[in-house]
Amino acid sequence: MRTLPGNTMNTFVPYPFTHFCAGLLLLFCLSAQAQPASGQQLQDVLIHLSQGAMSEREQAIKQLVELKDPRGLPILQALLAGKLLALKTENKLVIADGDDQNYAVRDAISDEPNGMVSAEQISKINLTNKLRGNLRKIIGELELNADSPAIRLAAVKAMDKDVDERLITLFQQRLTVEQDGKVKQAIQDILLLQKISGGDKNQRIQAINELKDHDSQDVFNKLKTLAEKDADGHYLETDSDIRNIAESAIASINNRLRLYSAIETVFFGLSLGAVLVLSAIGLAITFGVMGVINMAHGELMMIGAYTTYVIQQLMPNQLGLSIFLAIPAAFTLSALVGIAIERGIIRFLYGRPLETLLATFGVSLFLQQAVRSIFSPLNRSVATPEWMSGSWQINDFLSLTWNRFYILIFCLLVFVLLMQILKRTKLGLEVRAVAQNRRMAKAMGIPTARVDAMTFGLGSGIAGVAGVALSQITNVGPNLGQAYIVDSFMVVVFGGVGNLLGTLVAGFSLGIANKFLEPLAGAVLAKILVLVFIILFIQKRPRGLFPQKGRAADA
Amino acid sequence: MNPISENLGFEPPKAVATAWVVDGAIDTRHGPILYMEDVSVSFDGFKALNNMSLYIDEGELRCLIGPNGAGKTTLMDVITGKTRPDSGSVFFGQTINLLKMDEPAIAQAGICRKFQKPSVFDALTVFENLELALKANKSTWHSLFFRLTTEQCDRINDVLLTIGLSGCSQQRAGILSHGQKQWLEIGMLLMQEPKVMLVDEPIAGMTHQEIERTAELLLSLQGKHSLVVVEHDMEFVRSIASKVTVLHEGTVLTEGTMDEVQNDPRVIQVYLGGSC
Amino acid sequence: MKLISLASQDKTTSALLTVLLLVSIFIPLCNLLTAADSPLHFSAYTVSLIGKYLTFALLGLSLDLVWGYCGILALGHGAFFALGGYAMGMYLMRQIGARGVYGDPLLPDFMVFLNWKELPWYWFGFNNFGFALLMVVLAPGVLAFRSRVTGVYLSIITQALTYALLLAFFRNEMGFGGNNGLTDFKDILGYNIQSETVRSMLLLLSGGALIVAFLVCRWIVSTKLGRVVTAIRDQESRVRFLGYRVEMFKLWIFVFAAMLAGVAGALYVPQVGIINPSEFSPLNSLEIVIWVAMGGRGTLYGAIVGAVLVNYSKTLLTGLLPDAWLFILGGLFIVVTLLLPDGIVGLLQRKLKGQMA
Repeated sequence: MRTLPGNTMNTFVPYPFTHFCAGLLLLFCLSAQAQPASGQQLQDVLIHLSQGAMSEREQAIKQLVELKDPRGLPILQALLAGKLLALKTENKLVIADGDDQNYAVRDAISDEPNGMVSAEQISKINLTNKLRGNLRKIIGELELNADSPAIRLAAVKAMDKDVDERLITLFQQRLTVEQDGKVKQAIQDILLLQKISGGDKNQRIQAINELKDHDSQDVFNKLKTLAEKDADGHYLETDSDIRNIAESAIASINNRLRLYSAIETVFFGLSLGAVLVLSAIGLAITFGVMGVINMAHGELMMIGAYTTYVIQQLMPNQLGLSIFLAIPAAFTLSALVGIAIERGIIRFLYGRPLETLLATFGVSLFLQQAVRSIFSPLNRSVATPEWMSGSWQINDFLSLTWNRFYILIFCLLVFVLLMQILKRTKLGLEVRAVAQNRRMAKAMGIPTARVDAMTFGLGSGIAGVAGVALSQITNVGPNLGQAYIVDSFMVVVFGGVGNLLGTLVAGFSLGIANKFLEPLAGAVLAKILVLVFIILFIQKRPRGLFPQKGRAADA
Repeated sequence: MNPISENLGFEPPKAVATAWVVDGAIDTRHGPILYMEDVSVSFDGFKALNNMSLYIDEGELRCLIGPNGAGKTTLMDVITGKTRPDSGSVFFGQTINLLKMDEPAIAQAGICRKFQKPSVFDALTVFENLELALKANKSTWHSLFFRLTTEQCDRINDVLLTIGLSGCSQQRAGILSHGQKQWLEIGMLLMQEPKVMLVDEPIAGMTHQEIERTAELLLSLQGKHSLVVVEHDMEFVRSIASKVTVLHEGTVLTEGTMDEVQNDPRVIQVYLGGSC
Repeated sequence: MKLISLASQDKTTSALLTVLLLVSIFIPLCNLLTAADSPLHFSAYTVSLIGKYLTFALLGLSLDLVWGYCGILALGHGAFFALGGYAMGMYLMRQIGARGVYGDPLLPDFMVFLNWKELPWYWFGFNNFGFALLMVVLAPGVLAFRSRVTGVYLSIITQALTYALLLAFFRNEMGFGGNNGLTDFKDILGYNIQSETVRSMLLLLSGGALIVAFLVCRWIVSTKLGRVVTAIRDQESRVRFLGYRVEMFKLWIFVFAAMLAGVAGALYVPQVGIINPSEFSPLNSLEIVIWVAMGGRGTLYGAIVGAVLVNYSKTLLTGLLPDAWLFILGGLFIVVTLLLPDGIVGLLQRKLKGQMA
């Protein structure tokens, strides 16, 4: 809930009351410490907002600000967003929360829920474009003095498009009291930008030099206007010194832009690689370690994704928790299905890889159709918790999306965990023993059948976990598995069968290669090129990047 | 007609070029038909062959013995082109560099191999097994239009007699006994009319009588062919070999007659333990 | 014993040939000679459907040669079928001429739609039927590749290959009609493609092609080349040490099978009236495998029986219970591999032998 400013304006400089908005603001600033107005006063002002001519509304807005009431800002914001509604029956104003045909509304003054109203019961409060523009400024300026630095920062960024004298003064005032570094920086940038435009030459050059290391789109745009020519071929900027400095500043920013775009591509590549690794790593166990071709692997991921979907449906208000619950649930469910496949089908087909391939493909068709029958053939969308959505804005030119970032970390976590399971647990030891010499392991009393089932369950469970991750970046549908199965096999084969680290390296390098090719060739062609490359590579080195050597490899 | 260009117009690897040319042109003026010099092979750091040098004379019957892991099978892999050595040279006669050829080319040049595990084609009859091995043009198109001539038929029947399988020439090879499969595979080697035969454990799974006949067969082949026999059964080795080579840890430990070798203290050391 | 199996095989062969001949001659004849309301008259739908089954049978037969005899489980065999189909489709597109929606005499509709100004180079020549036929055979043949990769690796590679082709043909920039593929055909060799005569002739041709291909395949597997190929299936490295260039033999059989698949695709397209990228989908290629496995691999006629049976059930079931088809197909994969390793043909043969013994 947003509140009105609590910090005071100590250094108030009187300003001619020439401008409507500025006047409002000044009044407001002056009385920042004043008591909230009574409900009746608010009520009276609001009545004017909903009725009468535009000039009356203008007046009402002014009065609302004059009231210095903390409840004023949300009302103004709702007004700007078109969510401030007048109830025809009760003669009072409400704020709408939804925008369907039926509005869930709360009282504008008391902020208490006021039930549902239908479209016929309300009338929207209209504004002229001019009024709307002014309102935007008023809100921005109110927000500039808000408690939360985030709101202040957003207000500064919102206002930097249309800076005038008055705003500059406002900014300068704010600068003197601003505590938050980021807000301070943003305000300083805007003020420096203003300096570039005109005035003293030395000040302009100094401003350019100070700003050229800033990664800001506004700075970049501003500098570009300095180097532009008009339609006749004359430079807009007449001073050649300034032009030259601006051009060199543009060049240095361009260099950084190239670096950022490379970083971004690598990041996209890594995140794609993480998805590939996640989907391939379970396969690296079942195919690489056990030698079982499981064509239903993709469908095990699909099961994991649908598990996420179902859990989210069960607890729609706890998105974050549902994701964390989905991970063990998806692991368990996929692992159980995997064990059922192993016990029911695959164990009769050991040593006959081609038959295994066909039978598990049958399983994959079966699972796909089952999901289609249960959930419908349409894609389901799984919501992303707030902390995973949005992006990490490093600067104006570089932002990394959180969900991909988390998936990258998640992938590495899963990988490390898996390596530890294989290296340190008894199951891991047994798995490796059976993989290397099944008969010897059996002779030493290792229950190979149980180990087979557990290994397959482990690989399948990881597929399920991968499904949870996939549900966060793609639609969940019956074809989810199909889309990844070819890629997963390619990653495992490319990395070298039986080598988990190879799978990791292969996944990441293919992901990065794909993302670097995309701008050159387009997404589909990039994918085709990568596929063809792997096919050719396997022709040349059938054992992949990190082959196993020696006698065992021949068997 | 050049058999290579017929292959659908696809260019085969260069090694093929020597395949049908070398027949009868192996330069053995200096005695040996097979030269291995300083050959090393390693798997993941394990040295399967360690600077091994070995010479096989034309027409001789040489036995290779040695404990497990001595490099016997790897040696055969290197000669037949299955494994590429890390270093060293392998020559067939004076002029033919085997390291530049692949398996089919080496086989066509006249070096044939019997595997440790009998590998015959179970789904084909005994007769068809021998027919496939028959020395002939082995390109795809020739195979498609191949017809057995009377001489070739006679040759197959001769070999059938030699290996004692005349009675079951129309049976599927899959139903033969283990010993019979060993014989069939030796028969398949004979069909190729090789210069050098590499025979890996020929008597495993054979009855006493069969062993005796195998020994006779191998002895009758020396002179016409050069034979390299790997065998664990010392009794058998004694019965056929004039010269024995002992391998140990990838190198030649000693060479000589069976008696010399058996009395060599190093050999006794290797076989009776203590080498670890 | 060998003689019995030979005789039964010959009996099966002649029975199969008789049925095929009857179908491919009787149905077109009936349609051409009888009036539309005669009980002996088959609907255009039925004729096309049977023609389609025959092309599928040819496709299955070609896969059996590769899988059943050479042991290569090619999971991208449908790609060759689709390539043949596209070659034929390009010919049929060129035959539309100025009768398209946009009336461009040279460019097919989709190119006009994409604002292309001239025909891509690889479309030239396809106005000639002979050239198109050559491409039907050559395009799949050229794509077939030589590889030392074996077993499941090869299966996965072939699957990746058809997947890559699927993605490629979906692209509008490829000039093959993108998502929609090639359709709205008008004429073949100057005859209306919708006419009953042409449909009957296509059925006859499909049947004829199937019979000829079957006999040729049977001859191939009876030659020494056939035996080498079988030997490769069972003991690949031994064959290599006998002096055979295993890759060349595999390539030969692979190319031949690819060409047969191309012919099947070329016959398929005019009968169904469309070719689009979904024919490249890995699922299609896997379905071919199940036809062959179901019928009984390594027998040639088993592939034909399997192709027709599975596709007939597919037509039947997708009509009656559209949701059940994937369940059944999935179940088939499992049941056939677990319980029917020799397919229906193998099962019947065992039954037959049991009765005779």
